[in-house]
Amino acid sequence: MYELTKVSKSYRKGGTLIPALQDVTMRIDDGEFLAVQGPTGHGKTTLLQMLGGLDRPTSGSVVFDGRDLAEMSERELTDVRSRSFGFVFQTFNLIPTLTAQENVETALVPMHPDAGERRGRAMEELEAVGLADRASHFPLELSGGQQQRVAIARALVRQPEVVLADEPTGNLDEAMREEILELLVRLWRDRDRILIVVTHDTAVAARASRRVWLREGRVAAPEGVDSATAPAPA
Amino acid sequence: MFWTYLVRELRRRRRQAFVVALGLGVGIGLVVTVSSLSSSVGKAQASVLHSLYGVGTDLTVTQQGRPGSGGSARFGFGPPTSAQSGRQFSRDRALPSPGRQSFPASRVRTVARVDGVRQAAGALELTMIHLTGTFSSSAGGGTGPPSFSSGGSGSGSQQRPVNVNTYTIDGVDVSAPEVGPLASASLESGRSFRTDETDAAVAVVDQSYAKQHKLHVGSTLTIGGTTFHVIGVEADSSSSADVYVPLARAQSIGDASGRVNIVYVKAASASDVSRAQAGIEAALPNATVTSSSDLASQVTGSLSSASSLANDLGKWLSVVVLIAAFALASLLTVSAVSRRVREFGTLKALGWRTRRVVRQVMGEAMAQGLLGGLIGIVLGVAGAVAVVQFMPTLTATIGGFGGGGGGGFPTGQSVQSAGPPGFAGRTVAVHLTPSLSIEIVVLAIVLAVAAGLIAGSLGGWRAARLRPAEALRRVD
Repeated sequence: MYELTKVSKSYRKGGTLIPALQDVTMRIDDGEFLAVQGPTGHGKTTLLQMLGGLDRPTSGSVVFDGRDLAEMSERELTDVRSRSFGFVFQTFNLIPTLTAQENVETALVPMHPDAGERRGRAMEELEAVGLADRASHFPLELSGGQQQRVAIARALVRQPEVVLADEPTGNLDEAMREEILELLVRLWRDRDRILIVVTHDTAVAARASRRVWLREGRVAAPEGVDSATAPAPA
Repeated sequence: MFWTYLVRELRRRRRQAFVVALGLGVGIGLVVTVSSLSSSVGKAQASVLHSLYGVGTDLTVTQQGRPGSGGSARFGFGPPTSAQSGRQFSRDRALPSPGRQSFPASRVRTVARVDGVRQAAGALELTMIHLTGTFSSSAGGGTGPPSFSSGGSGSGSQQRPVNVNTYTIDGVDVSAPEVGPLASASLESGRSFRTDETDAAVAVVDQSYAKQHKLHVGSTLTIGGTTFHVIGVEADSSSSADVYVPLARAQSIGDASGRVNIVYVKAASASDVSRAQAGIEAALPNATVTSSSDLASQVTGSLSSASSLANDLGKWLSVVVLIAAFALASLLTVSAVSRRVREFGTLKALGWRTRRVVRQVMGEAMAQGLLGGLIGIVLGVAGAVAVVQFMPTLTATIGGFGGGGGGGFPTGQSVQSAGPPGFAGRTVAVHLTPSLSIEIVVLAIVLAVAAGLIAGSLGGWRAARLRPAEALRRVD
């Protein structure tokens, strides 16, 4: 469970301080599917970075399971990420020199399992996303949709409490988008995790149990919509 | 995962990795070549000094001669007679080594008694002049004096040239084999002198001289009218003399009974050399006492130039090239890390600790460095072999004696004791062999590891500074 209290993040560019997030206060419950929407450059990715422990806020607190991520050292944040968070990126971010199976295994390296256990768990996860037959292929040999499925397997192989996805369908065509979205939603339901998706895609957002809009770094309502309203999932 | 990732990454950018390794290889190879040549030149210098000095000799004692003080070499040519017309002649004359005056052998005992001296042995170094030719006849009848040429025969008008050949003889104290020029000698065949052969007509010849005159163990050679039996052939081609005979025999040949012109001295210990040198100089004020380091500074010739070239220019050049290679490796490693920002950011986002990422970068840099070291050893050895193969034969000249007068041979039938024309000091030919010791190989490996560490550290520092948030950076 997340408790964000007056979270702000600013970046210095030259001599100017640019606010990316301003006084964000929100709560995310266990098992929730949250969609974060808003125009480009209004803080969605920055919010995801705060929630995933990839960066620290300038002010405010990000409490996850009773611990404030903002107060943690770099080492503690790394450990929390390795145990509790899984990431899916818009550009897949697979290691090009490793096979699909080896890419999934990279998520298990910080947990120090032996090579055999690592291989076994990676194969199980690839089977879950329907890519067991592509385990020995390199990313360049896979389609965009297949690469994203490998990335999802990598995000889930550690059984994290939270999966954070930044525009997971942004680089895919129409058919692939639906496929990936279905996969994400299915896995979220089956494993009862927190799923946080940053997206422009209203179709993706419509599948979420709750939506949050960010405008100029603040939680806001979309035009004509009450921000407290949570549309029913499809 | 570490090795898989490392090998695959180097394979992915194999062209760049090869450029880095080759750059390091050239730098390290240059160091190996220069070190190998330095070592070869050093060994050659030591060999030259040992051939003159002998292993175990710490000092030499000589007395500088005044020009012409050795007397003239008379060959016994009297007024020409008709009976000599057209007849062949052969004359030998022994002269002391140029610039070396002989002195009583009793001084050897004086030297031996000096504090700090363990052993002293006297020797007599001679230059033998061997004349051969044919008496000529003049157009108006009778005979004229022989004309002289150096080396091969020339042609006079109606006078036939005289061949002049010189060679060096060392009369050694056979009762003290541990000191002197034969102390370090290794023999190609035969044996060295026995300690009881103090007056025997036996000789040990230099390898080059033996080859030139077709001598071997059992051959005989005539020196000053006496037949010597060859008992051994020295293996070292850079030895100090052409022929070695017992001291008493050399004294007889050189008409220098009871005299020597050099004393070889062995100090009691390495720390006694200076003390012994000072003591000898005090006991014999007119003598010149030379240590091996003094002699080393007198070595001139192309060997000395090669030594300077290897030690000065060669070392500086290899340092500059090595620095350039290290810089190239570091720049390319940092550049490679910068291009993998998203990759490393992703790994950090997945929970890889900074040190794990840095270890990966360092591993890749070390692999490149070690490959560069391997290339460097191969290139370095090839370079040293090529240089030795194609360089001209080096020479080493010890000292440079003024000698007297003497340029040519005046028709007055006498020869100045300065020696044959153009002879100044003792020159030996030196053939280098490539020297690759375990130390040079270790040096190459150390340099390779250092290159990997430096490049890896810089790349690792760059990787350590990467924020995991870089993984979410948008592609423009």
